[in-house]
Amino acid sequence: MAAQIDAADVKTKELNDRLRELLLSGAKRVRIRNVCGQRYIGTRLYTPQGLRMEIEVFGTAGNDLAAFLYGHRIAVHGNAQDGVGNTMDAGEVIVRGRAGDVLGFSMRGGEIYVRDGCGYRAALHMKEYEGKRPVLVVGGRSQDFLGEYMAGGVVIVLDLAGESHDAHFIGTGMHGGVIYLRGSVEESQVGDQVEISPVDDADRAVLADYVTRFLERFPETEVTKEEILASGFVRLTPRSRRPYGNLYAY
Amino acid sequence: MKSFVFPEFQVIRDEEKCGQCRGCERQCAFGTHTYDPAADRLVSDDRKCAGCQRCVIFCPKDAIEVRPSPSFYRPNASWSREKIEDLKRQAETGGVLLTGCGSDKPFRIYWDHIVLNASQVTNPSLDPLREPMELRTFLGRKPDMMDISADSGEVEIRTELNPNLVVETPILFSAMSYGAISYNAFKSLATAACKSKTYFNTGEGGLPREMREEFGRCAIVQVASGRFGIDAEYLNIAQAVEIKVGQGAKPGIGGHLPGEKVSLSVAETRMIPQGTDAISPAPHHDIYSIEDLSTLITALKEATNYEKPISVKIAAVHNFAAIASGIVRAGADIIAIDGLRGGTGAAPKAIRDNVGIPTELAISSLDRRLREEGIRNRCSIISAGGIRCSSDVIKAIALGADAVYIGSAALIAMGCTLCQKCYTGKCNWGICTQDPRLSGRLNVEIASERLSNLISAWSHEIREMLGGMGINALESLRGNRDHLRGIGLYEWELDVLGIKGAGE
Repeated sequence: MAAQIDAADVKTKELNDRLRELLLSGAKRVRIRNVCGQRYIGTRLYTPQGLRMEIEVFGTAGNDLAAFLYGHRIAVHGNAQDGVGNTMDAGEVIVRGRAGDVLGFSMRGGEIYVRDGCGYRAALHMKEYEGKRPVLVVGGRSQDFLGEYMAGGVVIVLDLAGESHDAHFIGTGMHGGVIYLRGSVEESQVGDQVEISPVDDADRAVLADYVTRFLERFPETEVTKEEILASGFVRLTPRSRRPYGNLYAY
Repeated sequence: MKSFVFPEFQVIRDEEKCGQCRGCERQCAFGTHTYDPAADRLVSDDRKCAGCQRCVIFCPKDAIEVRPSPSFYRPNASWSREKIEDLKRQAETGGVLLTGCGSDKPFRIYWDHIVLNASQVTNPSLDPLREPMELRTFLGRKPDMMDISADSGEVEIRTELNPNLVVETPILFSAMSYGAISYNAFKSLATAACKSKTYFNTGEGGLPREMREEFGRCAIVQVASGRFGIDAEYLNIAQAVEIKVGQGAKPGIGGHLPGEKVSLSVAETRMIPQGTDAISPAPHHDIYSIEDLSTLITALKEATNYEKPISVKIAAVHNFAAIASGIVRAGADIIAIDGLRGGTGAAPKAIRDNVGIPTELAISSLDRRLREEGIRNRCSIISAGGIRCSSDVIKAIALGADAVYIGSAALIAMGCTLCQKCYTGKCNWGICTQDPRLSGRLNVEIASERLSNLISAWSHEIREMLGGMGINALESLRGNRDHLRGIGLYEWELDVLGIKGAGE
């Protein structure tokens, strides 16, 4: 039985106080109703002993949902504002709707699934480290600056509505990780540091894995896994892991 | 390509004294000295010398002298040797000129134009050897008013107080990251901070896991634009979190720790793959406004359960005081203000020597601005960038700072000679390098003792100067500009500093 919180007219700090109390009292599942822009949901849930909780959010999650997230699982039934998964370390965030700007900013671990589109600067400076390889899957499209300074991780933008990618400055300064875009993208839309190439079998295996996970989380999706995987994808990777290697006079 | 640049230094070896022990050869990571077995003598390549003086200090026979090379171009007030040679280096490489340490340019050092007061006859001076002198400082937000109840002798503070850092002396170690400096240098700072009851600042390179438990209690951890090494444990184990927006040595630009310095251990601490460039973008890309900054400040307060003060470090630039006011209103508990002469492990020379304003002017402007707006109590000010001695500290406090950060001074205590070659990663003093052969030269026990000695010496001197002014608590000196007078300053400078001229 999940614990319940009614967030109507509850301020951000008060809501997060209650979440923390629930975590410390041993709650494993929490449902929060009537969320309307309260920020930092999931952020104040660090414990040295690594307690974990599943949180369901009904409504619109405010800025910095899951910022610095430490292994919890958060599902939002609705949209999320800016900064979802900011500097997230581990865990999972599911947004059954749209996410705002700076989605997955500097994220180092965990997975984020967004059913619809997202705003500007998604996956900016996402990075990976040993066993930690962050994953961001977006069902719709992203806006400009996707994967800027990206240093690791996997980003998949599915454009399920088939509107074609119109973002620019994709992967500017990219020096690690990989971005997969369903459909195609022009050279003029990506940064100078980015190489566009077709996907190979290894990439298709990665895509199959995360598309499956995406569809498990959003069974309402009308496109089937086979249809998605049968369509064309492009892979964006950095040309160099040292984009600034030759900048200086030594 | 043949370089047209003179050697910077001249290595002079006294052959009479030299015992061919080859110590200098082993000491120099730049490869300046080599042994010629045929002639049984050591030869030096002046071109490779960084002028760090390591071989000079460690020569058992005192046989080596390193001095600036006297070669000159035809004297020209506009085209100094430095200007000519910088230009030649760029013509030879096509690259941005890099440098290390704080700016060495002759901008006015206001500390040297300010004198302190002392008591004579009236308001007699105090003897710190027999009077208690209070240097303890609380850093963080103070309430607008205190609601206190006193019932039958029981005093209770009703106002909810914000978390504050307590330092026993107003001197903290400035942000220097593991990666920029060696593990031993980093650990020496941490050890000395804990011993001297002050704090060290991790910089943006993370806090090695094995150091967290022991040194978290005296750590300020940084969150910078690269977000390296940050997880919830890192934020929670520290005593304060600092958002690094800017740095005095390179305001407005980011940083690149080159891949060759990202060793396995640095990579683990920053949580990035070994050998990749660690790129810190110029801005935080989740902060484009004061509102965004407020979001991050609050996110960090949330992440640390409102138990830690949050500091925001900015470089002192034009109009920074108005921005700082916004930063206070955004919820920062501490503002660290880093001036023009602040140090660095690597910065483009053009930026280091041309961008920003001196910290002395910055402290005074910031303190005045926050007082005028009635929000000075909401944050503490830590001043950084060019603090060289205890009198600089006490002047900074009288100009309005709550405490100071020392960076270069701490490195000098450990052995640094400000040779400015930090960016090469070949620091012969074992400070600014990731080469285990070099960093092993820095003994943590000795280096931390040197640092603690420095803090102790300066604290004694501060007590002496305070006592001389007839003041027994640093609190009473904070922003107390009446105890300062200027010498050799223009009217506008006195106005900005908020002090009178000497004799007035």
